[in-house]
Amino acid sequence: MRRKVNFTRRQFIRVAAVGVAAAPMLGCGAGNSPWRFLSKQEGETLAALSDRIIPEDQFPGAARAGVVNYIDLQLMGPYKRFRSVYRRGLTGVDQTSQAIFGKGFVALSGAQQDGVLKALEKGNAPGAIWKEASSREFSDLLLGHTMQGFYGDPRHGGNREGVSWQMLGLPYPPIRGRRHYDLTKTGTVPSG
Amino acid sequence: MALDRVNAVVIGAGAGGGIVAKELAEGGLRVVLLERGKWYTAFDCRKDDLRNQRTSVLGCAFGPDDERNRRVTVDAQGRELIVLPSDGAYQNNAACVGGGTFSYGALAWRYLEKDFRMRSTYGAVEGSTLADWPISYQDLEPHYEKAEWEIGVSGDESNNIFRPPRRRPLPMPPPFPSREHLLLKAAALRLGLHPFEAPMLRNTVPFNGRGACMRCRWCVGFACEQDAKNGTQNTVIPKALASGNCDLRTECVAKEILTDDRGRVTGVAYFDADGRLREQPADFVVVSCSATETPRLLLNTRSRLFPHGLGNRYDWVGRNLQGHAYAGAYGLMEEDVYDDLGPGASIGVCDYNHGNPGLAGGGALSNEFIRLPYHFASLRPPGVPRWGAAHKEFMRRYYRRSLAVHGPVQEMPVFDSRVQVDPRVRDAWGIPVARLSGTNHPHTIEIARYVAGRAEAWLREAGATTTWLKLPGRGLSGGQHQAGTCRMGNDPQTSVVNSYCQVHDIDNLFVVDGSVHVTNGGFNPALTIMAIAYRASEHIVRTWKGTQMRS
Repeated sequence: MRRKVNFTRRQFIRVAAVGVAAAPMLGCGAGNSPWRFLSKQEGETLAALSDRIIPEDQFPGAARAGVVNYIDLQLMGPYKRFRSVYRRGLTGVDQTSQAIFGKGFVALSGAQQDGVLKALEKGNAPGAIWKEASSREFSDLLLGHTMQGFYGDPRHGGNREGVSWQMLGLPYPPIRGRRHYDLTKTGTVPSG
Repeated sequence: MALDRVNAVVIGAGAGGGIVAKELAEGGLRVVLLERGKWYTAFDCRKDDLRNQRTSVLGCAFGPDDERNRRVTVDAQGRELIVLPSDGAYQNNAACVGGGTFSYGALAWRYLEKDFRMRSTYGAVEGSTLADWPISYQDLEPHYEKAEWEIGVSGDESNNIFRPPRRRPLPMPPPFPSREHLLLKAAALRLGLHPFEAPMLRNTVPFNGRGACMRCRWCVGFACEQDAKNGTQNTVIPKALASGNCDLRTECVAKEILTDDRGRVTGVAYFDADGRLREQPADFVVVSCSATETPRLLLNTRSRLFPHGLGNRYDWVGRNLQGHAYAGAYGLMEEDVYDDLGPGASIGVCDYNHGNPGLAGGGALSNEFIRLPYHFASLRPPGVPRWGAAHKEFMRRYYRRSLAVHGPVQEMPVFDSRVQVDPRVRDAWGIPVARLSGTNHPHTIEIARYVAGRAEAWLREAGATTTWLKLPGRGLSGGQHQAGTCRMGNDPQTSVVNSYCQVHDIDNLFVVDGSVHVTNGGFNPALTIMAIAYRASEHIVRTWKGTQMRS
């Protein structure tokens, strides 16, 4: 009798474990995504969007600095509440791109992509989703999260190798305090 | 379940409650100090630019957490919104041992004499409940001094001709100046202003058994791993515990204050760290939960004798919520001014606190603490786009060439800017949450505009070639400088507590935090909260020794 109960319980735990493991996959809607929450296609759209917000020049742009990784990681944690905003928003971006240029966002030229971003920013972007959600709010959210991923601390999954801080001329790691000043000469201003 | 009776329960281990607990415990009273947050150590305090007390996009590093806490905000159009602690509209103050003083910037101003006499100085302001305090600067002076020496303040105000009289100098010298400090000081002197070394609750030399500041830039919003920033968590609270008379209980959330059928307070009901409801009987209770959570607790305590909450017979609890209308300017220089030398704010002027033409007050100006890269990404002069190649180029070119001067403009209190309890929304403990509504007074914005213009002129004199203003909006103030919601006064019909922070119609209930401020000065309020706590504590200990608070 006792053994039977144990067996049933163990079986339940195994089923539950499978369920937990399967949940994120269901969330993605596809098994071939390199991301935790985003689908492969969503990740590509987000990479292209963030690269218009912070484009590549002599320093890496947002995508190469890991902004998609940052946003995807936060969507598993503090930004869980923005999951549906991203899911709908990224679909909306493609709807706007299709409506204006007849192609998905990733396939557009840089100038066309900027045009889509500007339409989103103004709040008058075409697309079925933007009849229910504000494209302006989505673009503000995206802008803020992209800046966080690029200029924020690398520990959160973006700013790969502290690349933006190097660009700004900040020491890395950033906290040095008096360690880089000559302590034998108090009262003098260090030359940095 | 009831616990053994003590003399006092102090709710909230922040700037006010920490001091009260220590003074009472050292005075021989048995004290229970309840704190809803944790006691962090310096080792819990990794400098995280996206998760701290100032930039909380990924959460509030020192509480409260987003999972269990909520508030309701009501905007000017009457729209209700449920907000989380990491949202700006929540008006968060830290929830941990030390409260805001654990991670604050630690500016340590004394309010000026006129700040206690705003109504007498400026007359009535339409639409504002502007009033004088029932106490003067002189009443508070010895207690300011005690805060400066017990908690520990560095600085040098000798060049500040507006400083109020003091008996004793500050215990520690200012830190040696940064490049930004020297530039701004020279410019202020050329303008005929009176710049001085801003007072800070920070060790610049070894003091009170702890070392000196290491001059890192990650100060405001962060904890100090050197333990050189002075809050109640590393000064008075350890002393309270060392007295053997104080029991600090962390992660304990007050539900309501207990009263008897004679209208006297008998203790506190709270949820302990395991979520169990406990009752702590006490001779008297001190509420020190800051200006949002204090009125929430009073309003959540209702009974036959107090149908509208404790101390709320005349509907003043939760009214006059104010913080500071921050005003200032940013400037861009043609050469690097960034020298990576903290803590940041270091130079101040009080030239614009009072005497501004046609305006009822003003505020102190000082250089801003720091603009970490993510924060700087949202600041830009007119003409620079929000994103794209030009924005990236702007970041790269000017991050090390920017200056900022700003200050806390004293607000005109508004009766309808208030904290209530929400009739529907509850937190994870089932307690009705705070509901915030109201706006800033239009004259506050006028004053802010003027002060911002002065900041801009100062930056221009310092060599900034591009400048732009930072102005407050009409939205409700509060946040880390929250104050005013349990006003101190002599008339029970227009205030909540008397000048010793005792609730008017309940003589064994006290409110000791920024809530009692009648007006909030044109300064960061921490040192004033501390001074008031020392003054109230002295009164409480004296009274208790006479009557035991058992009438």
